[in-house]
Amino acid sequence: MTQSPVLSVTDLVVEIPTRRGVLRPVDSVSFDIAAGEVLGVVGESGAGKSMTGSAVIGLIDPPGRIASGEVRLNGARIDNLRPSEMRRIRGKRIGMVFQDPMASLNPLLTVGDQLEETIQVHLGLRRAEARKRAIAALEEVGIPAADRRIDSYPHEFSGGMRQRVVIALALAAEPEMVIADEPTTALDVSVQAQIVALLRRLCRERGAAVMLITHDMGVIAETADRVAVMYAGRVVEIGPVREVVGAPSHPYSVGLMGATPSTSGDAASERLKQIPGAMPRLLSIPSGCAFHPRCPRAFDTCDREAPPLLRSGSSLAACWLCSPDHQHLVQSATLPEAIE
Amino acid sequence: MLAFVIRRVLQALGVLLVVGFISFCMFQFMGDPVEGLLGQEATEEQRRELIERLGLEDPIPVQFVRFVGNAVQGDFGLSYRLARPVSELILERLPATLELAFVSAIIAMALGIVLGVFTAINRSGFAANFIMTASLIGVSLPTFLIGILLIYVFSVQLGWLPSFGRGETVEFFGWRSNLGSWDGLRSILLPAITLGLYQMTLIMRLVRAEMLEVLRQDYIRFARARGLSERAVNFGHALKNTLVPVVTVTGLQLGSIIAFAIVTESVFQWPGVGFLFIRSVEFVDVPVMAAYLLLIGALFVVINLIVDLLYFVIDPRLRSDRAGSH
Ligand SMILES: Nc1ncnc2c1ncn2[C@@H]1O[C@H](COP(=O)(O)OP(=O)(O)OP(=O)(O)O)[C@@H](O)[C@H]1O
Ligand SMILES: [Mg+2]
Repeated sequence: MTQSPVLSVTDLVVEIPTRRGVLRPVDSVSFDIAAGEVLGVVGESGAGKSMTGSAVIGLIDPPGRIASGEVRLNGARIDNLRPSEMRRIRGKRIGMVFQDPMASLNPLLTVGDQLEETIQVHLGLRRAEARKRAIAALEEVGIPAADRRIDSYPHEFSGGMRQRVVIALALAAEPEMVIADEPTTALDVSVQAQIVALLRRLCRERGAAVMLITHDMGVIAETADRVAVMYAGRVVEIGPVREVVGAPSHPYSVGLMGATPSTSGDAASERLKQIPGAMPRLLSIPSGCAFHPRCPRAFDTCDREAPPLLRSGSSLAACWLCSPDHQHLVQSATLPEAIE
Repeated sequence: MLAFVIRRVLQALGVLLVVGFISFCMFQFMGDPVEGLLGQEATEEQRRELIERLGLEDPIPVQFVRFVGNAVQGDFGLSYRLARPVSELILERLPATLELAFVSAIIAMALGIVLGVFTAINRSGFAANFIMTASLIGVSLPTFLIGILLIYVFSVQLGWLPSFGRGETVEFFGWRSNLGSWDGLRSILLPAITLGLYQMTLIMRLVRAEMLEVLRQDYIRFARARGLSERAVNFGHALKNTLVPVVTVTGLQLGSIIAFAIVTESVFQWPGVGFLFIRSVEFVDVPVMAAYLLLIGALFVVINLIVDLLYFVIDPRLRSDRAGSH
């Protein structure tokens, strides 16, 4: 990477104090996203993907909080800003798209009201100008007859159109960073591809960095430049999409990619049938590598020590298999599997 | 929309008919109208003549139809106790009750919404917890006790406010109002607070619960993610959505405020229909009781209807018949 990244997350830890103990839904997560780049974030439900996104945009619900680590936006730290300063970044410099377009829009306000208020807050325009901008924003996301539709209420749009409105809202102030948390999960299969393509095109045009959280490997393969795989709050593998999807290094990524029917709507249930068991609860994360109880290639080191991110091709993977010291163990550990 | 209104109006008429039947039954089972009107010393001749005139020997359905017909024209007969037309008695006293109910509803709504929003936004603050606890007391104390307590503190001990009656009233277009003079305003304050306190705590708790629910919604999160200020999120987005269900309940509360005015009116000797009703119960003045029952029933039904229509105005999802999806 030649230029400095738009978003840079370093050793991010999110903690939620509860009565039964302190949970760590995000644990030492690091990644960068460059301008115009799309980072796909994948992993089973509960892996901490949304929580990472919330941490970046500063919207973790109390009592959860960023316990340590840094979030930098174009070099400047944003994880320790005062609420009023953070508010000026939200929507203006970091836009966010949520999963369910039905629920993301206030049902009692027209889409125009919601666009105009966003534009007014961030760009300080007068009402008439804000309205013009709002219509332009709707046109840009492909809403036909935008000048008429702007006075419609959210329920008067179809799901796909509504998600276009949400994208228009997220991009209204031309943010340099966009977080899209499962932007197509709630949509009809037929419009999913369009929405992803739209999001990708608009961000490309603006040179915005994108963090794309999704369960859909098809979307990842088509859209992402790099992929981060999360498991139990940690990034277990991160690298170029070709490598992570095509030739994953971490056994968890192997399971995740291997079992994904890329077009199926309900991928979640099928996805991990190659990996028995379920992701651990946050209160009982196994020692060592959190994945070792489910790992078909685990060996004795795995339950003692958590692996750091190790180089593997042009990716990084948190797996002892990628450590040169353990190369000989790999052979013996995989042998019985191979015979079976 | 029109079909909806017609359906609701028909339902309302059905409910009124049932209420009418109940009031009609009171004549059948409570007291003897002949004795009520003539007293015990009347001659047999007079009795026979009255029974004839009132049609008391006609079959029950015929009597009921006549009762409904008269009621529709506002004729509820003569009060046994005061020997004056019931409709006249009620019309005389209705403004006092409506005004009292109106003022308490305003107080209850204003304070209830403000406190509800406050306790929802500052969920875990000391003040919010204090208000919530205090409101529990408000809900659990009976109205008459609250009235007596208020009288004791503000009239007897402090001597700030009058303890009974309407005080000075001013007439606007035939409507005697408390709101036109300082003395009238002072007089209505204690009874209005007494009457509205319970509703206020109810509205407050409802607003709080609704607001907390709304604040959990995705569109609130999205509004925050768009960088809107807390104020815009709380009042521009959350409050509006909170008020949709609150309107219904609050509207219906207005009906019960009028109905519950009986107790408050008795405590403060407020010359309204509730007070009239209590007196007529003492004297088994059936025509007044029946008319009061019908009046309250009609009020409930009308308020219900208005609330349903308000729903339409507030919530665009119900209003539109050109929905794009589904
Ligand atoms: N308020 C909370 N209290 C306790 N645990 C929480 C809370 N919020 C989130 N968590 C936990 O944090 C973990 C991470 O959640 P997160 O929503 O980030 O998962 P995710 O990867 O986005 O999953 P999904 O694919 O289902 O969206 C989960 O195990 C969740 O149970
Ligand atoms: Mg999520």
